Amino acid sequence: MNKQTYDYIDETIYSEKLDNGLSVFLLPKPEMAKTYGIFSTDYGSIDQTFIPIGKEEKITVPEGIAHFLEHKLFEKEDHDVFSDFGKQGASANAFTSFTKTAYLFSATNQIEKNVETLINFVQEPYFSEKSVEKEKGIIGQEIKMYDDQPDWQSFMGTIKGLFKTHPVNMDIAGTVESISKITKDDLYTCYNTFYHPENMILFIAGNFQPEKMMEFIKNNQAAKSFDKMEELRREYPEEPREVAVKNHTINMPLSVPKCTVGIKESFEELSGDAFLKKDLLQHMLIDYFFSKGGAFYQELYQQNLIDDSFYFESTLDKNFGYSLIGSNTEQPEQFAKKVKELLLSTNTITFDEETFNRMKRKKVGNLLRAMNSLEFIANKFIHYQIAGINLFDIIPTIQALTLDDLNQFAASWIEEDRLSVCTIAPE
Amino acid sequence: MQPIKERRIEKDGIIFHFIQSKKYKTVNLVAKLRSPLHKDTLTKRALLPYILKQGTKSFPTTEALQLKLDELYGAVFSIQGGKKGENHIITFRMELANAKYIPEATPVLGEGISLFSEFLFQPNVQNDAFDTMVFEREVDTLKQKMNAIKDDKMKYANQRLIDEMCKDEPYGLHVQGYEEDLANISSKDLYSYYLSIIQEDQLDVYVLGDFDEEDMLSKLSNELKRENSHVYQNEVQTFNVTEPKEVIEKQNLQQAKLHIGYRTNVFFKDDDYPALQVFNGMYGGFPSSKLFINVREKNSLAYYASSRMESLKGLLFVFSGIAPEDFEKARDIIREQLTAMKEGDFSEEMLAETKEQIVNQLLETMDHPQGLIELLYQQVIGDKELTPDQLIENIKLVNKEDVIGVANKVQEDTVYLLTSKGGQANE
Repeated sequence: MNKQTYDYIDETIYSEKLDNGLSVFLLPKPEMAKTYGIFSTDYGSIDQTFIPIGKEEKITVPEGIAHFLEHKLFEKEDHDVFSDFGKQGASANAFTSFTKTAYLFSATNQIEKNVETLINFVQEPYFSEKSVEKEKGIIGQEIKMYDDQPDWQSFMGTIKGLFKTHPVNMDIAGTVESISKITKDDLYTCYNTFYHPENMILFIAGNFQPEKMMEFIKNNQAAKSFDKMEELRREYPEEPREVAVKNHTINMPLSVPKCTVGIKESFEELSGDAFLKKDLLQHMLIDYFFSKGGAFYQELYQQNLIDDSFYFESTLDKNFGYSLIGSNTEQPEQFAKKVKELLLSTNTITFDEETFNRMKRKKVGNLLRAMNSLEFIANKFIHYQIAGINLFDIIPTIQALTLDDLNQFAASWIEEDRLSVCTIAPE
Repeated sequence: MQPIKERRIEKDGIIFHFIQSKKYKTVNLVAKLRSPLHKDTLTKRALLPYILKQGTKSFPTTEALQLKLDELYGAVFSIQGGKKGENHIITFRMELANAKYIPEATPVLGEGISLFSEFLFQPNVQNDAFDTMVFEREVDTLKQKMNAIKDDKMKYANQRLIDEMCKDEPYGLHVQGYEEDLANISSKDLYSYYLSIIQEDQLDVYVLGDFDEEDMLSKLSNELKRENSHVYQNEVQTFNVTEPKEVIEKQNLQQAKLHIGYRTNVFFKDDDYPALQVFNGMYGGFPSSKLFINVREKNSLAYYASSRMESLKGLLFVFSGIAPEDFEKARDIIREQLTAMKEGDFSEEMLAETKEQIVNQLLETMDHPQGLIELLYQQVIGDKELTPDQLIENIKLVNKEDVIGVANKVQEDTVYLLTSKGGQANE
């Protein structure tokens, strides 16, 4: 077992890659009451075309299958996993994102028992035709709930405007029509391919003894057998650098219109240092301009183009990345025009040392604050681990960024053909 | 894990609460202004947080303010208004990075406290009025906020349920205020109202983290001072529902929202409050609860079906998102679950599990800085000294009779359905 201590934030992490390929990370936090465990696979809604384990031919599965599979893992032949956790005083949950599916629990006692339940339920699937049919009703309601949410429509609408062929442009839950095609056999095919220990990370953070915990996990895994994993071959269509549509409007019942400007930040595979640098700079820049103290925020605010719902966010993932700037606004056209104009003006801005230092301080402070949360540490650790980056190296990396890095990045950050506007307007 | 120790000090009309903890990488400051809910003052109180957070005397623009916060290692500040039972609370929050984890020496704590107190006592004011531009702009913000409720079907359905259920009670007032009252507020009026509440509202200040108490008290009492102090008590009212109401409203939407309101006639200060918490957990509080199992898992009617309680006003709400045609079926299943609870149709095992889940949930909340402060404040606002640790002990003591006892106090008051225009709900 490897032990790595990070003095500057008082954290120690224990890790080991087990014989079956599973990566395990343990972060003891004895001052916390809680323990949080997350078991995550490098498999999300974008992994639609791939060669199934033990096969030669690639297949394409229905949209929404990763999320469907996530729901179905909780149901076993004669019991429901939520109630297993409930019996052990724990609460459980799961989520599916574009690139990951993760199962998690939090508990304040019976920690080993809960870790065991987590590992076992994810590693022992039980899918039947009957339960697959039943789930279509529940997920159908989940999809309808999102259909009524203007914020979600605005988010997905912008992503669809940004990406032409990349499957990030499809709803994570699929559509009522696409999920109707899912069968028990499809679920097993996806499960066997993507839930191999080699493709998974287990992260436990909280109140436990690390040596004992690692031993416990190793014994659990040694008692199970898995096929040898060859290389996992997935396929993504070629994505152009420019956006799919520059401008589109979605109509739905609504009282205040919404407008979002999307920036296509990345459309090709990235990892390691290049990933982290881009990730940090892209976040720092958008924050610098659009957070409440930012010059762009000020202009939008003074021109009455935004209200309290104004938001911005930025994401970089394995082979795609985007930033979104949006708000409820009575004047969606002016909002979009102004935001685009402001973004295009960044090419000529040169930053000075003082400003950059303040940006770095803010980023460091925000990370420290976020690290109060076990969930944040565990989830982000996994996110960066998949990209070949250690979460605990990020603060030193921020401190090592140079003004040149920033100015170079800013000069080519925005290009007009990588911007897309999505408006949600009343019917 | 240490028991939570809270030190209370009354000084200069303010009640200080100090809680030591080494769990966090930050220090949290929270101030709460409390007043009874009144229609006359509500819109003013709803508007105040939006204006106050735009700036202070020394940092009058959001830009200057944000630069200061960034300099303090990304300190985070927020002001929010909210309804707790029949009280209106304005909460000021600041989270500062603990200087311990910052590589260079920094006066972040002292400067953070000064800024915090400026937010309370020295807002951005000219000629006895809030800055006119800011005022007018934020009146618009609040107006848009009032309108935007309609676009969030879940929030809208909650608000409409409470409208119908608590028509003639202060609790029925809309927390975001009223457009007709907004028109009659001037910037001058609002400032003079603020001057009155900053002296007369009950003011509680919490500090949580790893800090020196004497130093903190002297820093705070240098900065925070007022002439009066005021402590409020709640007036609680029990209800006997003679005939439950049913209200159906139609809109253009995909998924119907079925929300049901109940009177529990049990309050935080009552001895059977822990039993009510256990009741809520078994009825609809967790994925192992009767509502989740029966509405979602067994009948595949909903993606979500849960319950939540209001502990100061003695209310309980059930929420579910269903297909419009399933209204009667879902309502009847929800009713059957309440009857089952009243008749004691649940196992000792389920009782024990639910208690453990609640304890787990409370312990987890206590790991979170804002969560812990809210739990501690619950005692102030609920008129009873019952520390979170004692509450946990009391929950552990709840038995089957206790739960049946509170279940029989619970009365269905109003069924509210927001459904589609083409829906088949019979009226």
